[in-house]
Amino acid sequence: MPLLLKLLVQRIALGLLLLLMVSVLIFWGTNILPGDVAQSILGQSATPEALANIREELGLNEPALSRYFDWLGGLVQGDLGTALTSGQDIAASLGSRLKNTLFLAFWAAVVAVPLAIFLGLLAVRYRERWPDKLISAVTLASISVPEFLIGYILMYFVGVKLGWAPTVSMIHDGMSLGQKLSSIALPVAVLTMVVLAHMMRMTRAAILNVMQSAYIETAELKGLTSFQVIARHALPNSIAPIVNVVMLNLAYLVVGVVVVEVVFTYPGMGQYLVDHVSKRDVPVVQACGLIFAAVYIGLNMVADIVSILANPRLRHPK
Amino acid sequence: MSDALLKVRDLKIGARVYPPGEKPRDIDIVHGVSFDLEKGKVLGLIGESGAGKSTIGLATMAYGRGGVEITGGEVWVNGREILGTSLKDLRQLRGTEVTYVSQSAAASFNPAKKIMEQVIEASIHASKFSKKDAEARAIDLFTRLGLPDPETIGDRYPHQVSGGQLQRCMTALALCPEPDLVVFDEPTTALDVTTQIDVLMAIKKAIRDTGVAALYITHDLAVVAQVSDEIMVLRMGDMVEHGTTDQIINAPKEEYTSDLVSVRSRKHEGKPPSDNPVLTIEHVTARYKGTNFDVLHDVSMELHAGQTLAVVGESGSGKSTTARVMTGLLPAREGQIVFEDRTLSADLKGRARDDLREIQMIYQMADVAMNPRQTVGTIIGRPLEFYFGMRGAEKHKRIDELLDDIEMGAEFKDRYPAELSGGQKQRVCIARALAAKPKVIICDEVTSALDPLVAEDILKLLHNLQKREQVAYLFITHDLATVRAIADSIAVMYQGRVVRYGTKAEVLSPPFDDYTDLLLSSVPEMRLGWLEEVVEHRKMESAGN
Repeated sequence: MPLLLKLLVQRIALGLLLLLMVSVLIFWGTNILPGDVAQSILGQSATPEALANIREELGLNEPALSRYFDWLGGLVQGDLGTALTSGQDIAASLGSRLKNTLFLAFWAAVVAVPLAIFLGLLAVRYRERWPDKLISAVTLASISVPEFLIGYILMYFVGVKLGWAPTVSMIHDGMSLGQKLSSIALPVAVLTMVVLAHMMRMTRAAILNVMQSAYIETAELKGLTSFQVIARHALPNSIAPIVNVVMLNLAYLVVGVVVVEVVFTYPGMGQYLVDHVSKRDVPVVQACGLIFAAVYIGLNMVADIVSILANPRLRHPK
Repeated sequence: MSDALLKVRDLKIGARVYPPGEKPRDIDIVHGVSFDLEKGKVLGLIGESGAGKSTIGLATMAYGRGGVEITGGEVWVNGREILGTSLKDLRQLRGTEVTYVSQSAAASFNPAKKIMEQVIEASIHASKFSKKDAEARAIDLFTRLGLPDPETIGDRYPHQVSGGQLQRCMTALALCPEPDLVVFDEPTTALDVTTQIDVLMAIKKAIRDTGVAALYITHDLAVVAQVSDEIMVLRMGDMVEHGTTDQIINAPKEEYTSDLVSVRSRKHEGKPPSDNPVLTIEHVTARYKGTNFDVLHDVSMELHAGQTLAVVGESGSGKSTTARVMTGLLPAREGQIVFEDRTLSADLKGRARDDLREIQMIYQMADVAMNPRQTVGTIIGRPLEFYFGMRGAEKHKRIDELLDDIEMGAEFKDRYPAELSGGQKQRVCIARALAAKPKVIICDEVTSALDPLVAEDILKLLHNLQKREQVAYLFITHDLATVRAIADSIAVMYQGRVVRYGTKAEVLSPPFDDYTDLLLSSVPEMRLGWLEEVVEHRKMESAGN
């Protein structure tokens, strides 16, 4: 057990270190971006004095290093700062947005992950035959089309022509779960189509990789059906690579939804981020960037930990 | 139809092969084999690799491995013809009526599942026993197979038990659903001789206790003689001879069978060591990088020109590690390596090219010791260029000579390793080692992966080359029959130490130390009743203690 514990502590420590490095990158990156907050707040007609005043007021004249540590100190205490443009507390306005983004990502994952693994198993079961080829073709086609295009196509056919789902995915706290789900049906469908192929193909490849093993032959010679052999004997040995790709896609569901949120005018983090990038509101962009990075690092860390735990040699040392 | 449990009639099996650079073609593996097996009897299938033994064994479950396909004939199990039945009916037969024990239990157990779960899976799947009954049965089998902690061993994962134990677990897996027929496919081949004897006895007892019929597949006639009632000798997909075990061992009718029987009887007079050893290692201690325990403790041995030192011991005893220390691949922590009269650097990097040239190696797996994308000529030519700077016609002339030395013709020069047989590949590796004109060649289990008759030819070749070139061999092996056939001196290793060292006559004559005695008495002998004798002898000894 100490070995396992050591590995886990190592992973978590590495994750935190990585997050710290990312915070440096984000801070540095947003500082070299062109554009001037003071200018965008006051508009083109502002006088140089007014600009200088507002810069002083916002603390933009401080050296970068001290601003970074101020920012970092706030972060550690859960203070993301205030938006330059509106003066609102960022943590408060991000909170509900993040909740909505996670809500959308969660339901997309609930549909996409089991479906992808099931299709992967099915593709292995009928490998090199028409079901395998059909699954590959459909999922590859759906990943190849840009997601905003899939979004508009679904909107037109499912939303407008058939009228099965709303084309605008507004949700608010007063809605019941059922109403919320029906509201996000189309973005969930789009996200599912985008992430399905990657996870399905990895599942297929990982399982095919262990199908050559001698223990698969043992299982076949026990009289199990092909599907039982794949699900009971091959899948548990392919967990590590599958979890890795699943986590990567979950991260994408949180971080990469910007376009889909904008297309469906969904009140998530993506829209919030896009709004504030256009306003040159640096603290908001930094906060969003950091949250996205934390989600990415966190999920990949979970993938690493699951891979470690999935290895019986590490879980049960001699 | 008689009431035989298993009837095989004119069984024909084929496969599609994909030779490199050619179109795929279909070949026949088994051409019309027939036999019967009655309830409770054991039939041994014996032959070299490619004889079709495993293929026939799996055909009794109507299973073809890889691209193997059963192309004709009939297989009757319990009065039902199984080749023509549906996959659904076959699934009811597999794992319950007929079960299979494979060569490598380590690979055949699913690493992600507990042993018990895998042992009882087939019984539960076929609804033959309830989970509780199946587990009770499994524990009973674990006990009868002599496994330690039979009550709890099933809760372990496969990597948590030893190879010999896992092989017995595999036997329990096969016997758990109360099958009528068990196919044992080389169940002890991957084990050390000292472990093999326990597993062999456990299998034999389990067969007798349960009254199950068995097909016992092996290339080792001495092993099959201990467990089977009848033996069928196969060669290249044809039956050579089929008779009772007694008749096959003591009065073989066919020449091929008598070759197999006599293959272990090669004699070799040991030579006494000379005064000037060519290579000496003195008090060597070594450990692997990143570990904090020694794998070799105070190992010393001498190699003499024109002589063979055999290093024997079970896996993990430090045989190959000793070779790695000699070559400098694993630098010794303490001790010296002296070549002729100069001390060699412990580390490979500190040795001159000429020092490297003097010590060459031949490996067990000839397949992976050669670059599959280089021709035989390139492979043999490389040391000629590297050590002697040979080019052009001179090099080609030398390659031809070397090919001639290993009894292969110049026409092999342009072939790729994949186009050679196992024995031919090993010959090319020998030629590559000889090309450097070394004084010492380290042979690491060079015949272990080969069939007995092919292995014997390789030993003969090595012996003839030694006589002519006066090269010294360090011959690493776990097979004592090979030792008798080639060694002048012997070092017995156990847990990283040399426990016995001397000329062949000294080492192989009593009085023995405990380990050498165990090792020597574990080597299967080609006579009936040997297994019982040894086991009885050991019981009496331990009772006497």
